[in-house]
Amino acid sequence: MLIQIFLLLFIIYAVIKVALRYKDKIISLQEFVLWTIFWFMVGFVVILPETTSLIANLVGVGRGVDLVIYLSILILFYLVFRILVRLDKIDKDVTKIVRTIALKEKESAFATSYAKASEVRKAMADKEKDKQS
Amino acid sequence: MLNKNVWIIVPAHNEQENIFGVIKSLQELTSNIVVVNDASTDRTCDIVKVLGVYLLDHLVNRGQGAALQTGTDFALSKGSKIIVHFDADGQMLAKDIYRIITPIIDLEAEIVFGSRFMEKRSKIPWTKRYFILKPAIIFNWFFTGIKLSDAHNGFRALSAKAAQKIKITQDGMAHATEILDQVRASDLKYTEVPVEIVYNQYGQRFSSGFKIIRDLIFARIFNKK
Repeated sequence: MLIQIFLLLFIIYAVIKVALRYKDKIISLQEFVLWTIFWFMVGFVVILPETTSLIANLVGVGRGVDLVIYLSILILFYLVFRILVRLDKIDKDVTKIVRTIALKEKESAFATSYAKASEVRKAMADKEKDKQS
Repeated sequence: MLNKNVWIIVPAHNEQENIFGVIKSLQELTSNIVVVNDASTDRTCDIVKVLGVYLLDHLVNRGQGAALQTGTDFALSKGSKIIVHFDADGQMLAKDIYRIITPIIDLEAEIVFGSRFMEKRSKIPWTKRYFILKPAIIFNWFFTGIKLSDAHNGFRALSAKAAQKIKITQDGMAHATEILDQVRASDLKYTEVPVEIVYNQYGQRFSSGFKIIRDLIFARIFNKK
């Protein structure tokens, strides 16, 4: 079927991408192996879709396609959850960094304000006095 | 004039229309004013610089809750005894600060909330009163177990002890409920005083209410401490 060819082409593309990422040391060997196995399994299912029906019948789901869809939704939900938790943590970290910078830089921000300027003026006046005496 | 141990925190995000008047009215009371500029993209920062108050700059916008916590950290580092949270939008009156800090000075409470409803001074749009504020009050009551006569009104005063105990982690507008939650958790003594809120703008809308609830529920699920 045409869809099988398209899917297989996509899988080959994905595996090449994974391999290139491993070559550039963006992902570890472990990740490389896991992703390759994952894509080969997807390829297997694409070539022999009837195999999913076997597993589906084993766990009590009518059709193999249904099982794949159920599992996909489950995995997607889990990934979204993981991303949300991660995002929340990153948000908090950004706030922490922004706050630290704001508190550290307060002196320099204060320097531009009149209050600091008056301090400088006073110090200069003191210096003048010292010179005169 | 206020005692020099009283510090006023003003979080500001794009408030160039109102910030000048707000700071001027506060400067009649004290020089301990901390403006936290939450990455404003207008001229707020320039206006505040001219006024000669303490200015803290958030490099990127982090929300009102985050700005309040930054300002509170700063005030505590300066040895503040009482910290007042005050909005930059010109809806609050500086003279109410005397009222809101009185219970802390008299050792009657560690944290004081301003309430729009205790006296009939504030002219609240009726849609806001019944469709936003009342549900918010009930939500806060259920969510935190603390029943106040007003909700999400940013006017409050904290003793140094309360300010040290309360750590705002809700960067957005949900901080108001989070503070109540922590007041209960830390068993701080709280009270309410009537304040006047001037409505020149509508303020928080119905949609922001949903955002607050979403943030709070999210925090409940994911950040069990």
